[in-house]
Amino acid sequence: MAKEKRNIMKNKISSILINLTLFIIATITISPLLWMLFVSFMPSGSSSSYPPPFLPNEITIEHYKILFTKLNLLNYFLNSLVLSISISLISVLVNSMAGFAFAKLFFPHKDKLFRFLLASLVVPGQVTMLPLFFILNKLGFINTYWGLIIPGMASIFGIFLIKQYLYSIPDTLIEAARIDGASDFTIYYKIILPLCKPILVTLTIFTFIGTWNDFLWPLIIMTDDSMYTLPVALANLMGEHALDTELMMAGSVLTTLPIIILFMFLQRYYIEGITAGSIKE
Amino acid sequence: MNYINKYGIAFLFIAPAITVLFFFFFVPVFAAFVMSFTDFDIYALADFKNILFIGFKNYQNLITDPLFWTALKNTLYFVVIGGPLSVIVSLSVAILVNSKVAKFKTFFRTIFFIPVVTTIVAVSVVWKYLYHPRFGLINYILNYFSIEPIDWLGNSDYAMPAIIIMAIWKNFGYNMIIFVAGLQSIPEQLYEAAKIDGANEWQKFYNITMPMLSQTTIFVCIITMIGYFQLFSEPYVMTQGGPLNSTLSIVLLMYQHGFKWWSMGYSVSIAFMLFVIIYAVTLFQLKWQKKKEI
Repeated sequence: MAKEKRNIMKNKISSILINLTLFIIATITISPLLWMLFVSFMPSGSSSSYPPPFLPNEITIEHYKILFTKLNLLNYFLNSLVLSISISLISVLVNSMAGFAFAKLFFPHKDKLFRFLLASLVVPGQVTMLPLFFILNKLGFINTYWGLIIPGMASIFGIFLIKQYLYSIPDTLIEAARIDGASDFTIYYKIILPLCKPILVTLTIFTFIGTWNDFLWPLIIMTDDSMYTLPVALANLMGEHALDTELMMAGSVLTTLPIIILFMFLQRYYIEGITAGSIKE
Repeated sequence: MNYINKYGIAFLFIAPAITVLFFFFFVPVFAAFVMSFTDFDIYALADFKNILFIGFKNYQNLITDPLFWTALKNTLYFVVIGGPLSVIVSLSVAILVNSKVAKFKTFFRTIFFIPVVTTIVAVSVVWKYLYHPRFGLINYILNYFSIEPIDWLGNSDYAMPAIIIMAIWKNFGYNMIIFVAGLQSIPEQLYEAAKIDGANEWQKFYNITMPMLSQTTIFVCIITMIGYFQLFSEPYVMTQGGPLNSTLSIVLLMYQHGFKWWSMGYSVSIAFMLFVIIYAVTLFQLKWQKKKEI
């Protein structure tokens, strides 16, 4: 009896300790982002004081106004948006077609080709950057959306993800459709795409967020101010307005907030994608 | 003809992806390999006739270049200290979130994951101000623990640790999700059996959780390491590689040679060295895991 009571006590204490630790870690995790949000509404210069303020004493939106009226932020925002939407939509189409062929159709050397693609995943993207820059330069795609869209149209990881998912769809379903006279295009369009919807949504969000946050490649391709994406513009702004903390925070909020909101709504799909990608056969 | 009829449609389906990957991935990889044996520079860009094949000269210069060794040392510091720390934090948080007594699991998981989706450039900007020696929030909080103000990004001893702390904050949520999935796949009976045998929490962790998670752990270690080797945006935004080159990373050096100083042949040889290092370390980790399984 006494032992049971002690066990209940022990469980209660460990429950409190675990939840308290989680709460502390959550606070540490979220504070830098809350600080960013609060400082972006402070009047210029007021965050540079001691002790550093966490909440604004008075609220102003002047930094957001300056960003949109004087610093061309809307333009960068639209660049990021157009690129992220087009790359994620095009690549999901291209990758799902290839994934379908690799999983359900037959052609010579299929498995060899796929193994070769998987093996090349170990090549870091940086290796290709300089030659790719020259190729796109020759094609006249520097400082155009195409310079980012074209290399982003297909991804080995995307093909892999869709191929894995298609294993869960039985071959008999496709055989049956074929017997009914459906062509491979009809099968892809009428059976595969609807059944793959969850993984397609996952891949689209993955690519969207990845493109939105990408820095090194847009930094190389977009050398003209009007073509900057948000991260490139923000890094550039940092060079000129480093002393204006509040303005920089407003810029950071506009860069990160859309993606955080998107994630909040679609997090189920995003997290499924991570666990799907981590399960190795 | 028969061949085309038989496989034509399959080829049509893979054609877009394979074409893009061929011209904009495999051709550049091959071109980079060739370029790394030339003196490709700004003159070569104007006229390809100016290109000279110089054999292994770029690689020879590389291994005698003190700046390359500095960049390699800094990157290894980031990978060897930051990588394991990040994996340990992810695993610990995953175990806490996954414990039976934890409340508001989804809420906590969402919070821990938010930094992962944020833009690295934007959070580097934010953390640069948080690390401010006088007005930064971090020194202010440390002050409560009677720690003297630290010039995080201005002192060459603290700049890399500062970047490591931020990197862990930014990506522990990603690995945490993978670990939670791994933890949930461990059969509950194992723990029940251990409990009957009188095992304590630590014994359960060491004899059940750790071995059952070994596949997941090796996967997490490899992807974390590959990502950490490619360190670029954080030093680019926060320190430009300084102070005293203490945060100069391999990719940053590659970027500077390729797109600032236009010594492109040299730049791609740096990229290839990075590839070889990543490849070797990945193989080593896989081998090491196989050995442990036997």
